[in-house]
Amino acid sequence: MRSPSWFNVTSLALGFAFLYLPMLILIVYSFNGGRLVTVWAGFSTRWYAELLRNEAFLDAAWVTLRVALISSTLATILGVMAALALVRGGRFLGRTLFSGMIYAPLVMPEVITGLSLLLLFIAIGMDRGIGTIVLAHTTFSMCYVSVVVSARLASFDRSLEEAALDLGASPAETFRLVTLPIIAPAVISGWLLAFTLSLDDLVIASFTAGPSATTLPMKIFSSVRLGVTPEINALSTILIAVVTTGVIISSLISKQAIARKARDERRAAR
Amino acid sequence: MRRLTIALPYLWLLALFLVPFIIVLRISLSDPALAIPPYEPIWSKTEGLRDFLSRFDIENFLFLTEDDLYWKAYLSSLKIAFISTLLALLIGFPIAYGLARAPVAWRPLLLMLVILPFWTSFLIRVYAWIGILGTEGYLNQVLLGLGLISAPLQILNTDWAVYIGIVYTYVPFMILPIYATLGRIDAELLEAAEDLGCSRIKAFWLVVVPLSKAGVIGGCFLVFIPAIGEFVIPSLLGGSDTLMIGKVLWEEFFNNRDWPVASAVAVILLLLLIVPIVLFQRNEQRQRDAA
Repeated sequence: MRSPSWFNVTSLALGFAFLYLPMLILIVYSFNGGRLVTVWAGFSTRWYAELLRNEAFLDAAWVTLRVALISSTLATILGVMAALALVRGGRFLGRTLFSGMIYAPLVMPEVITGLSLLLLFIAIGMDRGIGTIVLAHTTFSMCYVSVVVSARLASFDRSLEEAALDLGASPAETFRLVTLPIIAPAVISGWLLAFTLSLDDLVIASFTAGPSATTLPMKIFSSVRLGVTPEINALSTILIAVVTTGVIISSLISKQAIARKARDERRAAR
Repeated sequence: MRRLTIALPYLWLLALFLVPFIIVLRISLSDPALAIPPYEPIWSKTEGLRDFLSRFDIENFLFLTEDDLYWKAYLSSLKIAFISTLLALLIGFPIAYGLARAPVAWRPLLLMLVILPFWTSFLIRVYAWIGILGTEGYLNQVLLGLGLISAPLQILNTDWAVYIGIVYTYVPFMILPIYATLGRIDAELLEAAEDLGCSRIKAFWLVVVPLSKAGVIGGCFLVFIPAIGEFVIPSLLGGSDTLMIGKVLWEEFFNNRDWPVASAVAVILLLLLIVPIVLFQRNEQRQRDAA
């Protein structure tokens, strides 16, 4: 292997600067004391305090959190079922349509998903609010969960399940004791993906929310349209910090799981 | 148990994915009406199938061909998506190449750094550029301070800001598939080419570029497909003259409240996406077969 050339080092450095500088600037300026966002007026946490007093933002954050928790949990249950149906279900009527419906939402523009769901809710006369956002988010995130989980399901050794069945376990016990522990990492990352997708979604929520519910991205979008504000900078910094911590923790957990697995395998080999 | 596992997600998707889509199709073929909801009823119980079919009309689609706003919006969405994809390739390829050639011990960390922005809010990543690109933004301050320009550049609210926004938010989708194919290339192949008398650059063109083709094509589609229907980026970074079809659909729906036309726009947007999606699927399939 050659040592890294100056070209590779420069392209990585420039690439990461491009990816991270905009967010770093945002974080630095969220601690700016002045009202003018582009002029530095000394360090201050004033906008964080202001943000915590802003009822509208807090309400929207609470709505978003509830929607994300419920929809990601529903999406994980449905997505795991869909993955089992696709990978372990064998042949069933309309299998092609089913797998088409799993993959289509991944490439469907959000404006279309949002519009079509809204038209459905209106056609059946459903009151719009948190419930309809949850239904909408569950529908598109379950497809992401199912893709993540079916990749894991397709790659693991089926003879483990067969052995459990041969040894007298019922299909339900086999699933609980053998399949689920093996696919657990994929299920957890599917849940995390569904949770972030829901937290992040502006377009589909705007269509399906109705006048009674406002999510945090909707609130951010409507105030950002008028330009940069220090409160939004502070809010962004909090969100970036939460996500970064979450990603680091989950990657540490999966690293530990891999290390534990390697240790177990070494022990089993002895 | 097996039946329930299949039936529950199946019925869910039928009810909340397929049926809504059929409704969009149906409404795109109906007349607008000054009522709530603002379109003619989808189905009235008294009419027979013949009457139902006879009420379909393609007026909304004809309207889309008459008003050149829609043509321009479709064409300019394609143009913006195409240019952004090229820019994302120009920026993403060297990063993917650098990753693939980085010391093995560093790769997991570097890869995580590429994926991390993907987890942070899309809206915030787009918002960050408003402060940078504005006429009083950080970029103009730096350029003016260095004396490189004498008057602030107008970047925000132009198509350029939209390109930058799309490249910034979607470049990880370009980097990852290219990195995946580059990682499979044996470094010895490059060394062999050099031993056989190729210059470094020529070896790159003759070995790396052809072998990474599948990843490049995959990455381009992963940027191009979502960019066409993009709404947030053109509405926050673009100007009032930046036409993109996602934005037109949104405005038709929320501002003009013309639901049948909005539905017709949605149907055509989907038709527009079918070709790149099919090509993308074929590329993925070929890669899977090759592996």
